[in-house]
Amino acid sequence: MLSKKNKEIIFNPFSKENPVLVQVLGICSTLAVTVSLEPAIVMSVSVIAVLAFSNVIISLIRNTIPPTIRIIVQLVVVAALVIMVQQFLLAYNYDVSKQLSVFIGLIITNCILMGRLEAFAMHNKPWPSFLDGIGNGLGYAMVLVIVGFFRELLGSGSLLGHKVIPQWLYDAGYTDNGLMILPPMALIVVACVIWVQRSRDKELQEK
Amino acid sequence: MKMNKNSNTYQIVYSAILVIIVGTVLAFIYMQLKPLQDENRDNDTRKQILAAIKVYPENDEAIVADYNRYIVNEYLVNEKGAVVDSSEHVAFNVNMAKNVKQTKRALPLLVALVKGEKKYIIPVYGAGLWGPIWGYVAMNADGKTIFGTNFSHQGETPGLGAKITEKEFTEKFEGKHIYMEGAFKSVEVVKKGQKSVSGAESIDAISGATITSRGVSAMLSDCLQPYDAFFKTLQAVNP
Repeated sequence: MLSKKNKEIIFNPFSKENPVLVQVLGICSTLAVTVSLEPAIVMSVSVIAVLAFSNVIISLIRNTIPPTIRIIVQLVVVAALVIMVQQFLLAYNYDVSKQLSVFIGLIITNCILMGRLEAFAMHNKPWPSFLDGIGNGLGYAMVLVIVGFFRELLGSGSLLGHKVIPQWLYDAGYTDNGLMILPPMALIVVACVIWVQRSRDKELQEK
Repeated sequence: MKMNKNSNTYQIVYSAILVIIVGTVLAFIYMQLKPLQDENRDNDTRKQILAAIKVYPENDEAIVADYNRYIVNEYLVNEKGAVVDSSEHVAFNVNMAKNVKQTKRALPLLVALVKGEKKYIIPVYGAGLWGPIWGYVAMNADGKTIFGTNFSHQGETPGLGAKITEKEFTEKFEGKHIYMEGAFKSVEVVKKGQKSVSGAESIDAISGATITSRGVSAMLSDCLQPYDAFFKTLQAVNP
């Protein structure tokens, strides 16, 4: 079930092949939905689900897809799954879907998806494709959650909507950093995460 | 059987089948989830209306219960202040985005009973920086002062324009007069430290969100003005 090769498929996206940190894909949504932790988590789960299932579907029909219109076929499958996610969120988690608004729809244009479909699902069996989707989705989720954690903590002094910075600290003159809420700070936090990762993993350092 | 995947027929038939399957599945899911989605949407509107009279229900069941308890009547009034329609949910069901564009508007109005006092809730709708902003303004029974407000937006900048939804901003409107010496003068949102030029009451704008603040100001003025006659009848009853 999880041979050595499959393990690599699922765990490589965490470190050496992380879609956000190494391949620098899916940056726009990383900036947009990480103001606080909850939308970041919902977005992560949505992307993991869409990525895993679109990988499986494309992998199942990979031998029937006419090569000339393969990108269109991939887009149709992804778009259908994204609309499903959107509908389910509207029905079961309305507040978060309001918060994410347009960004759920924009999963369709998330480069990670097209990248994985084109590079992996088109040439591999469903099971490894599923693992590849989960792995890459988790790699993306990891970055989103880290960035969301720091932005919400430093920008609003809370985590998942609960105040965590004690009142006496505010009384002593501490203020939330408003800059953390703005998109540019997301880029800087991502850069810091990349920095930490490169300094730990010598392989990734460019000469 | 080996098919030529590059032939036109294959491509056309393939795309057609794919689209039909996807369309059917999506339509089915939409039909299944629609009742739940509608309920969520309605509850969200109820929550906004209740927030204008400073009632904050804790969960979904409480929203409906509180709404039914506090909102006692719903009307459509005309520009002369006369009630033209008072059927059930008539004001709740008004689509404000379409309503404000009409030249001869039927003006929606909700009546709430808070601690024995009547409050008149008026839906307002306008434009922010990136998209529409809307909200509910609750007027006191004297027809002159604001009891409470609640604003929502579609996509104002987080941390700047989006702050119009926060209590810190909406609470500033409480108790403000929209009539000065008998004439309608909507509350203006002006830059911190400044005063309204026209002599209306003013509140501080959100720093960094000039356009959204101006949008709120314009929205209030545009959407409250048509109720002038209605407010005057209230003022006549409660001088």
